[in-house]
Amino acid sequence: MRDDGGARGAGRGTRAEQPAAVSASRAPHTAPLLSVRDLAKHFPIRKGIFGRRGGTVKAVDGVSFDVAAGETLGVVGESGCGKTTTGRCILRLIEPTAGEVIFDGTDVRALGAEPLRRLRRQMQIIFQDPFSSLNPRMTVGAIVREGLTIHRLAEGAAADARVRQLLEEVGLRPDYASRYPHEFSGGQRQRVGIARALSVEPRFIVCDEPVSALDVSVQAQVVNLLQDLQRDRGLTYLFIAHDLSVVEHIADRVAVMYLGRIVELADAEALYREPTMPYTQALLSAAPVPDPTTKRRRIVLSGDVPSPANQPPGCVFHPRCHHPAKDAACTRIVPPLEEKAPGHWAACIKQTPTGVSWGEQQAAGATSPPERYMPVTAVEAR
Amino acid sequence: MTAPLLSIKDLRTYFYTPAGVARAVDGVSLDVHSGETVGVVGESGCGKSVTALSVLRLVQPPGRIERGSRIELEGRDIMAMGDAELRAVRGDRIAMIFQEPMTALNPVFTVGEQIAEVPRVHGGMSRRAAWERAVEMLALMGIPSPAERASQYPHQLSGGMRQRVMIAMALVMDPALVIADEPTTALDVTIQAQILELLAELQRKLGTSILMITHDLGVIAETAQRVIVMYGGEVVEESPVRELFAAAHHPYTEGLLQAMPRVGQRRERLAVIPGTVPPPTAWPSGCRFRDRCPYAWDRCAAEHPPLYHIAEGHVSRCHLADEPERRAEKHEPLVVRAGER
Repeated sequence: MRDDGGARGAGRGTRAEQPAAVSASRAPHTAPLLSVRDLAKHFPIRKGIFGRRGGTVKAVDGVSFDVAAGETLGVVGESGCGKTTTGRCILRLIEPTAGEVIFDGTDVRALGAEPLRRLRRQMQIIFQDPFSSLNPRMTVGAIVREGLTIHRLAEGAAADARVRQLLEEVGLRPDYASRYPHEFSGGQRQRVGIARALSVEPRFIVCDEPVSALDVSVQAQVVNLLQDLQRDRGLTYLFIAHDLSVVEHIADRVAVMYLGRIVELADAEALYREPTMPYTQALLSAAPVPDPTTKRRRIVLSGDVPSPANQPPGCVFHPRCHHPAKDAACTRIVPPLEEKAPGHWAACIKQTPTGVSWGEQQAAGATSPPERYMPVTAVEAR
Repeated sequence: MTAPLLSIKDLRTYFYTPAGVARAVDGVSLDVHSGETVGVVGESGCGKSVTALSVLRLVQPPGRIERGSRIELEGRDIMAMGDAELRAVRGDRIAMIFQEPMTALNPVFTVGEQIAEVPRVHGGMSRRAAWERAVEMLALMGIPSPAERASQYPHQLSGGMRQRVMIAMALVMDPALVIADEPTTALDVTIQAQILELLAELQRKLGTSILMITHDLGVIAETAQRVIVMYGGEVVEESPVRELFAAAHHPYTEGLLQAMPRVGQRRERLAVIPGTVPPPTAWPSGCRFRDRCPYAWDRCAAEHPPLYHIAEGHVSRCHLADEPERRAEKHEPLVVRAGER
């Protein structure tokens, strides 16, 4: 059941159905490897010493998407947008509050402990922080070997050989197996994390900000490694990041999240060329450009991201929105994620075309008709 | 040219650790002139943050600024100052903005009290006048309802707001120089844009010089007029910002620029700098970048390169300046031959 937390305004509209919004553009005739529908994770806020329920943080609030086999879906957004929670809910490292997660035909949420453990052989995760995600008391070899043992994939000399091979595949010397994590740099540790994920031969990996903690030169090494592994093994990635340039580089399609929802979803190339949701436009224009000769117009958003415990009614982005047609309707109608161009989905009732009719908008207090608004962005200014 | 505001000559800051002497900063010289923004860019362990701490003599044992290092502010020798004199310089003439506003602010005092403390201690202002000044500063930082915000505690503010408070604290005494150590690294990109805009505007209004320390070449391109690239505790290249991005000379700078993915420029494969930064306890002989360099030849191991003159205001610590024809002979770096990618 969806928990509404009792905070929604009376004029708040309903969410439109959006089943097709999410299907992978590649391989349209085959079933996706991963399919997520209306995923939600609400955290209760406890107040006082008796743990009275004080409200709800809607960390993820109705997220739907598909990922095709061999595809990389990038998920970008700022702190608190729900991207990490989404990744963890898919693997059930966090239990979702509502929604469906279907992996290769299996309903992940319905699985008991033992089948879930078996499924995790196919679904792995690489964490952001290579310093806290490796046990400092285990050798690198033992860390990589653990998955082989747990899933009974290899033992004894065969396991040793496999560990050495995995280290080599991620660009580390095989004799590093006997060393401890503290002897390695951040980039090398991230390679160990990748080797650990690969040890069980997964088909799908959630990459949760895998290069955010790394220096630029090392970041490029790890990005290239992830791309090589994908090509060689046919891996499917959910690549979560806040860095737009890395996502553009590695992802086939990109989902932009804001306050627990997907606000735009498109092919990477289209998203960066024609960002449609005003939030995406601002996000793209805010990224500093490493070119001192470009002077471009920047959309500087006023204010901060609202607290996910106290979301604005209507469009969650309206308090910071810069769209010229923004009006009272934006504070009352929850914008559906709708197809603005083939394969390009965005949630904005003021960005044409829209299925939310002008009559409907006027009934909600609209004064400015929708118009297509494409301010000069980082990409176009070149 | 007028005398620089800040002049650092041959700064050496070493850490005496059980693993050996870490030469974190090893002979760095740089100048900051009045009203300019100088960017210092480099990766973890290059010595950029230790350089910043050294300017204010905030290096803690086992770290030590070595004899012979010279730091002058407005012609005054910081290395020769006593504690009282040094305290007067810190916060008053030079202020610092740190990366992590949550750990740099005191959680048990309101932000107004923390800002007001600076003019009370440094300017001898009354409690009331200092408080009014704090509210005024918060308003200058573009914080809505500054009087209310001043009475709040750090945990009640967002990350972007806290960084504005840090900047207010840094600027309240109208210092000549602000050292900003990764001031936007912990912030989201839309908040980073706000803070960079604010810093630029304040600099126009107040004429403050900024030493901007960052790993982000995008931030450098947007804020700095002059750039210093550090690697292995040394300055490896210094250049006006446009020239650095258009015609980097040092192979490390070249590698950094190529390794960076850019919005709007999707490529098949990113260029990489193979290998990792060597530990500061064991810098390689000769050129410290040579193991990872695609041009290195025998001279690079034998001879520590000086800073060669490349063009007006542009220097580079690379023997290629002396033997430019070697740039045509690109090869696999040594670390790759040793079996690492």
